[in-house]
Amino acid sequence: MTELDATDRAILAALRRDGGLNAKEVGDAIGLSQPAAYRRIKRLEEEGVITGRSLIVDRAALGFEVVVFLGVKLAVRGRASMADFERAVVAIPEVQLVQHVLGVYDYRLKVVARDLADFERILRRRIMTLPGVGDIESNVLLSDEL
Amino acid sequence: MLDDTDRRILRQMQAEPGASVATIAERAGLSHAPCWRRIRKMEEAGVIRGRRITLDRRKMGQEVQVFLRITLDKTARNAFDAFITEARKIPEVEAIQTLLGRVDIRMDVAARDLAHYQQIYRDRIMALPHILDVEALMLVSELKNTESLPI
Repeated sequence: MTELDATDRAILAALRRDGGLNAKEVGDAIGLSQPAAYRRIKRLEEEGVITGRSLIVDRAALGFEVVVFLGVKLAVRGRASMADFERAVVAIPEVQLVQHVLGVYDYRLKVVARDLADFERILRRRIMTLPGVGDIESNVLLSDEL
Repeated sequence: MLDDTDRRILRQMQAEPGASVATIAERAGLSHAPCWRRIRKMEEAGVIRGRRITLDRRKMGQEVQVFLRITLDKTARNAFDAFITEARKIPEVEAIQTLLGRVDIRMDVAARDLAHYQQIYRDRIMALPHILDVEALMLVSELKNTESLPI
């Protein structure tokens, strides 16, 4: 496992508050020179602690009013069906999050849609047609509280 | 309002959030200055809200991530508000969302290990008000995590 020291953790905390900070801004925030902050951020990326960056856009401004969390159970278990399902589900552009979980469901998905009619279309045409898919539960996001 | 050019810029920015304005402009087929102005305008209008980093929690020493699906006792007055106010005080709770469906609330909890999770669950989560039922999903692996919209 990667050993993270207090400076690494301070860098990660600053970047979690604002993922848009550049090396200089991160350095300023935690009292580190720009080159030192740059080297550490680069190392955190290379060691896979920071796995990626995303642009955050205003969903509603772009016409995506609906977010739904889906719990999906596979109908058929086994390595082959998991691989087929996973390959197909990550390729759906409306699916933002795919997590393999242990519990009452096998996978957790987060789906964005323009409205409920659009969600129904995605559910019927894209999700329910996925290989090996079984029981599906939908919960519509009402609000983010934290 | 956003036009096709704005959307083209956003698509390129979503694909590579760390790319320079020069790179984005070239890929979106614009010259530098108008591209920069459009990005600036979208930031000011709040269409572009910022950037987020994704982290490997295990490498940060948080081995256990659990998603709790909680049903509340809706006969209690202010069940949602009372629950959310208390849940926000738990430092290991990283997200709280209210839902419409079979469950009312989902919460993300990150812990160092199973013993630590068990302690949070017993001492903090089960002490939250108005819980009727809790289901837990434990993260095995994350296959996709993006904020990108299909625009």
